[in-house]
Amino acid sequence: MSFLIFFLLSCLKIAVVLGIFLGAVAYTVLLERKLVGRIQNRWGPSRVGPFGMMQPMADGLKLFLKEDLMPTNVDRPLYILAPIIALGCALISISVVPFGARITWHGVDMFEIANVNIGLLVILGVTSVGVYGIALAGWSSNNKYSLLGALRASAQVISYELALGLSVVGVVLRAGSLNLRTIVESQSAHGLLSWNVFGGFQFVAFFIYLTAAYAETNRAPFDLPEAETELTAGYHTEYSSMKFAMFFMAEYANMITVGCVATLLFFGGWTSPFGNLLPTGNIVVQAVLPVFWFVFKVFCFLFLYIWVRGTLPRLRYDQLMGLGWKFLMPLAIANILATSLWLAQRAP
Amino acid sequence: MYLVLFIVFGGLCVAGALNLLLQRHPINSALSLIVVMSSLAVLYLLLGAEFLAAAQVIVYSGAIMVLFTFVIMLLNAGKEEHTHGSNAAYIVGVPGVAILVCLLSFIFLSARTHLAQAHLGDYIVSTADLSKVLFRDLLLPFEVTSVLILIAILGAVALARKEH
Repeated sequence: MSFLIFFLLSCLKIAVVLGIFLGAVAYTVLLERKLVGRIQNRWGPSRVGPFGMMQPMADGLKLFLKEDLMPTNVDRPLYILAPIIALGCALISISVVPFGARITWHGVDMFEIANVNIGLLVILGVTSVGVYGIALAGWSSNNKYSLLGALRASAQVISYELALGLSVVGVVLRAGSLNLRTIVESQSAHGLLSWNVFGGFQFVAFFIYLTAAYAETNRAPFDLPEAETELTAGYHTEYSSMKFAMFFMAEYANMITVGCVATLLFFGGWTSPFGNLLPTGNIVVQAVLPVFWFVFKVFCFLFLYIWVRGTLPRLRYDQLMGLGWKFLMPLAIANILATSLWLAQRAP
Repeated sequence: MYLVLFIVFGGLCVAGALNLLLQRHPINSALSLIVVMSSLAVLYLLLGAEFLAAAQVIVYSGAIMVLFTFVIMLLNAGKEEHTHGSNAAYIVGVPGVAILVCLLSFIFLSARTHLAQAHLGDYIVSTADLSKVLFRDLLLPFEVTSVLILIAILGAVALARKEH
């Protein structure tokens, strides 16, 4: 009986999280178009629905009804597999992200799909497998621009994964665990002051994480794999209809996941920035307020993401590689050393 | 439950390994190798070695195999041509495999009573335990191995460097 309850509740959690996540992906696209529009002194989408709020639905419908073109001489199985890998990996990593305080119902944690001991490593692992979506898309398309885009993307992701992985080690050292809940609970003592980015002195790590995350998700100013002036559209040049939409969704889903991880590791996750200063309400407030803080922090991160895209110019490819290997990686190693020394000095 | 997962992923592992040999295109072989690596990670997870499973996915399925596919894509390697195979493979290989299979099945059948399910998690539970073993008990072999890898990297750089 308990297994049945566990199974049904897990299915319910997966359905709810998937629905909200895909909705968030659709509205992140709208947020980006609106914000970039305002940055460039224009309105952005404003025709479909009030304030253009129905634009994601219209876009989705349009992409769904488009003709699915399959160019000649593509490697058919891999051409079809590539967008599935990209979107699948982008959706899997959200399953270990905790959204709110630990509230159990029938022994099942209601605000996280799976609470695993190695949550952080699962996210890193799934991200590293997600590269195949891009690499295979470029290779199987039988197109020069696609192949060049895919090569750039793979090289960029491998290089920056190193800096990304090293940047979070400082946080792991402080928390003494790879479990995302434990990491958040280690920064919940005094609200804003005990967040890793401020009280934990991990701002260097946060800067490295932020830069590496932009490169990992192929976003501006590191969006060289899809630089339209040189490569038309990069690895997804030959894709149309829903297959293109899957790549597009994967990119925004990765953005949200990276934002969630940044929130959990550096900004205290679902904990309130005011610590215990706010009065605790009844049980419903105690359940909903952490989710609000979490969503608010992720939203701020996405806002920053789009702001950076709207303001910074694209780097040259050798500058990108130089930044990753010669600046961010040594900096991350120095951060690990400094954090370890500090922790060793404080240890009894 | 464990047995079902073991059979599924063990089977996937063997099927991937066979596919690796049978495929004619290098990129399909590389993808089969990724399947093998990932199913091995699941088998490690079933043994209770969660850190090892994650490291397997990140290092092997992620980093190393991406480099493999990267090189195959960069060289734009085409399909391989089939040869008829050497006679030595038929003369020595088939009896050799037959002897090996007979020997293994004889050993397993004769020692049936001593066989049990292994579980790594009984000895090394958490990542902290693993790092204690690695950085305290086995510190010297660990460091020597890392120096060995460093030497290999230096060798690769020395070989690849252009003569001035």
